[in-house]
Amino acid sequence: MIPPAFEYLRPKTIPEAIALLEQHGDEAKIISGGQSLIPMMKLRLARPGFLVDINRIPNLDYVKEEDGFLKIGALAREADLHKSELIKSKYPILRDTVAVIADPQVRNLATLAGNLAHGDPANDHPATMLALGASIVATGPHGERVVPVAEFFLSLFSTALEPNEVLTELRIPIPPDGSGGAYVKVERKVSDFATAAVAAQLTLDSSGTVTYAGIGVTNVGPKPLKAKPAEEFLIGKKPDDTTFTHAAQLASEDCEPSADLRGPAEYKRGLVKELTRRALALAAQRAGSKESK
Amino acid sequence: MAKTELVRIKVNGRDREAPAEPRLLLVHFIRDLLQLTGTHIGCDTSNCGACTVILDGKTVKSCTMFAVQADGAEILTIEGVASKEGKFHPLQEGFKEEHGLQCGFCTPGMILSSYALLKENPRPSEDEIRWGISGNLCRCTGYKNIVKAVQYAANKMAQGA
Repeated sequence: MIPPAFEYLRPKTIPEAIALLEQHGDEAKIISGGQSLIPMMKLRLARPGFLVDINRIPNLDYVKEEDGFLKIGALAREADLHKSELIKSKYPILRDTVAVIADPQVRNLATLAGNLAHGDPANDHPATMLALGASIVATGPHGERVVPVAEFFLSLFSTALEPNEVLTELRIPIPPDGSGGAYVKVERKVSDFATAAVAAQLTLDSSGTVTYAGIGVTNVGPKPLKAKPAEEFLIGKKPDDTTFTHAAQLASEDCEPSADLRGPAEYKRGLVKELTRRALALAAQRAGSKESK
Repeated sequence: MAKTELVRIKVNGRDREAPAEPRLLLVHFIRDLLQLTGTHIGCDTSNCGACTVILDGKTVKSCTMFAVQADGAEILTIEGVASKEGKFHPLQEGFKEEHGLQCGFCTPGMILSSYALLKENPRPSEDEIRWGISGNLCRCTGYKNIVKAVQYAANKMAQGA
């Protein structure tokens, strides 16, 4: 399958990329990893007249802690995140997520920023970013603005990113001591979208009480779901099985799955309940363990 | 036709160049313009990994990248895996000895994914091998003999070192 014709533009800096977006408006599309965009172009689901390739812009592939945040640049690849010692030791929820995205070849090119900017509720990172309380940095002609991921996804394939903005960075607040998280996914086979998946992040205080709970759910509605009632319920509770089972019930009531080849809606709702319980249990275990929090 | 751009790539150690329309996929550039047809097109939808090549040291699916994006890159295809004198690489030998192929269609991609895996991890466990080739589908042998072929190569390469 040959994608439709387009004009190829290769800016060397972010301001240059923004100027190209300004010039070509709705007709232009950013390409980073291209692992979602190129398949969509082949299927004519996307037909950009201009492709703005940001891959040659230097210094955008960083993964670093700075000013209280884990900052991930637009060109950090999934494979880079998987190899990062920092992610391995401090952000197990993110490592879980990267490990179940697509396959090795795709992870060598695909970026976390692109995974979010694509706005597909079937993608894995949105749920994890919701659980972590992350924000994105959108850079446009008038500078940067920071948008919480909880406000970023508007509907299917639609985000708060303006046509003249580039998603340049992702910011995750550094979790305090006593934090842990997990991403649990059910997929039919490697590189399939999730039948359902749940991201859970917890912080426990010294008495073992939950002081922060973040839960995101993948592919059970028109946009990634932040399971607010479940999160609120968990605050101030002890992390035990009864509490997690109730929170899981709340999350499953919150989602709006639809039937497809991966199963009927009720099955998916049941899956969300069980996956939420498992993700919370693993998150709590990691929050309590000194080796892998 | 949209305007073309000259794409320069070092393929299997040799500098090559050809003009490409921006929408030309890397796999078509390799097969049709450079006439290196060992890189296969399987699903054409980024699922099967038959078109896997190694670009600047990393495996990519050449059906899901534009040739213009690869300008200036170094690429290894299956044609560059054996020695210049035509001696099989231990992976090629392993696939032959352990019956790691039947129809052979997935084999170039399988070998390149395994090649990248062994560069990074010269003594992988069975699980690590399966993880390393998880982006490559085989529809005839199953994976058992492919895993054995990679183990064969890892052992052979360890002895050679």
